[in-house]
Amino acid sequence: MAAQIVLEAPPKEPPVRPVKIARKRRRGWVFHAVMTPLTLLWVAPMLFVVLIAVRSFDDISARGLAALPDSFDLGGFVTAVGDGGIALALVTSAEVTVPAVVLSLWLASMAAFALSRYRIPGRRAILLTMLAGNLLPPQILLIPVARISESLGIYDSLVGLVAIHVGFGLGFYTFVLHGFMRSIPTEITDAAKIDGAGTVQIYARIIMPLCRPSLAALAALATTWIFNDLIWSITVLRTQAKFPVTAALLNLQGGYVSNWNVVVAAGSILAAIPTAIVFFAFQRHFVSGLLVGSTK
Amino acid sequence: MTVALSAVVRRRVRRRVPWPVWVFLLIPAAVELGWVFWPGINSFYLSLTKWNGLGAPLSVGTKNYTDLFADDVFRQALGNNVIWAIGFGGLSVAGGLALAVALNRPRRGVGIYRSAIYLPMVFSLAVTGLFWRVLYQPDGTINAALGLVGLKSWEHQWLADPNTALYAVLVAAVWRQVGYVMVLYLAGLKGCDPSLDDAAAVDGTTPWQRFRYVVWPQLRGVNTVIFAVTVIDSLRTFDIVWAMTQGGPYHSSELLSTYMFEQGFTFLNLGYASAIAVVIFALAILFIITYLVRATRQED
Repeated sequence: MAAQIVLEAPPKEPPVRPVKIARKRRRGWVFHAVMTPLTLLWVAPMLFVVLIAVRSFDDISARGLAALPDSFDLGGFVTAVGDGGIALALVTSAEVTVPAVVLSLWLASMAAFALSRYRIPGRRAILLTMLAGNLLPPQILLIPVARISESLGIYDSLVGLVAIHVGFGLGFYTFVLHGFMRSIPTEITDAAKIDGAGTVQIYARIIMPLCRPSLAALAALATTWIFNDLIWSITVLRTQAKFPVTAALLNLQGGYVSNWNVVVAAGSILAAIPTAIVFFAFQRHFVSGLLVGSTK
Repeated sequence: MTVALSAVVRRRVRRRVPWPVWVFLLIPAAVELGWVFWPGINSFYLSLTKWNGLGAPLSVGTKNYTDLFADDVFRQALGNNVIWAIGFGGLSVAGGLALAVALNRPRRGVGIYRSAIYLPMVFSLAVTGLFWRVLYQPDGTINAALGLVGLKSWEHQWLADPNTALYAVLVAAVWRQVGYVMVLYLAGLKGCDPSLDDAAAVDGTTPWQRFRYVVWPQLRGVNTVIFAVTVIDSLRTFDIVWAMTQGGPYHSSELLSTYMFEQGFTFLNLGYASAIAVVIFALAILFIITYLVRATRQED
């Protein structure tokens, strides 16, 4: 019905057309007049932080924080990287993020494979329970997790931090991969079975390669989540030298009272660069990752 | 007879699950059980004790909970959390939805606008907090900008004033969240049937009527998800407050999560902190279930 009406509509249109186009053009003008300032407003905070980060300490103390740059100086970055320990912290972040992402996707893909391709009793309940675990407020886990990692001897170690990231993220990744694996037709795996492929081979040689797109989306998302984490790092780690970058940034505040703004602005930019790279490299995956579990 | 038959079938079905599959499932399940569910259960137990981390926890019954409701800081944190959920949720949904509707149809420049608005999503909440903390400095950009547009009287020590600290943090959080909500709504709008919209347009409806009566009802699923996710996120919010004010000044920007962290890891009142955590859980569980129900429906 609706389609019919649409089909009938065009013949009626020509007489009105000039007016309509003019109105459209005017609306286009209004659209940009509203959106351009709004977008600039959105970008402005980032821009101003960059402008502060590249000013020299003297410039800041002489002319105030809000003045436009009169100098170009990477002293803030140098201090943040060196004395501030941000370089070391970035390395730590990588040391945590890479194994945590790989391990959680690997374990999640195994669970998703089992739950989506085999008639395991209660598989839906298991899946939803795992997803529920990821939705819990971390606060309810903090104290016991600190205790448990202490009793396992991995408190204040990066191993402990990786472990909790893997455990906490698993449910969500499993849920997403399960949805994808279910959509792979059974004929493909049946054919492999007839050709004598075992369970492990079907997982490794057939299902995993087919899952590459959703694995990429999840990897992009998981990387930013784990890299950006703060609460688990400050819960599981005590030694400040072992802090990943987000936690290390918050510790900058003590040391640089006079130049705090410049050093922190520079440090924050450095901490944001890796996730920004992931975002731009995987932009399409990233957005589809955000949408996961939201709509259909 | 049928019972026997179904038993045979069931056995055959069960036999069809090869043993490596069980290993595949049990290892991840054990990891999640050990790192999520077991600690979660422990918090419930700890919330009924008094414990500073040394020796054995001392059972005190429900004393922690009765103490909580007599604790002014806790009540303030709870109230702040309500403000936070409404402000953070309301503003980011209103902004995200408006932007999604405005940027839904392809035209020139839409891609740039969209990217700019969801770019803050890539920054961590802690980095977002630090960015804004720099901008909020007394001699910082925000005050300078206010002076520039003639609102010099509005200049303010945003984060140091108990009356404004919470809202100052809220603005920073909304700045980051709007892009995310916009992306979710853009996906929701893509799922709407365009022929319905066209049909209504031909029938002479106004754009507002079309949005309200044609598009909005089709967004019900997205709305449920966004609602649940936003409330769960509000209850979890920690990083951005911790980076900007640590709950201060005078607990004016305290949320349940920051108060819990302070009690647990600064004062080592582990039992009391666990009780706060249980309250957070109790508030979140309804929305977690909403999300799960929605997820189940999607699975079908």
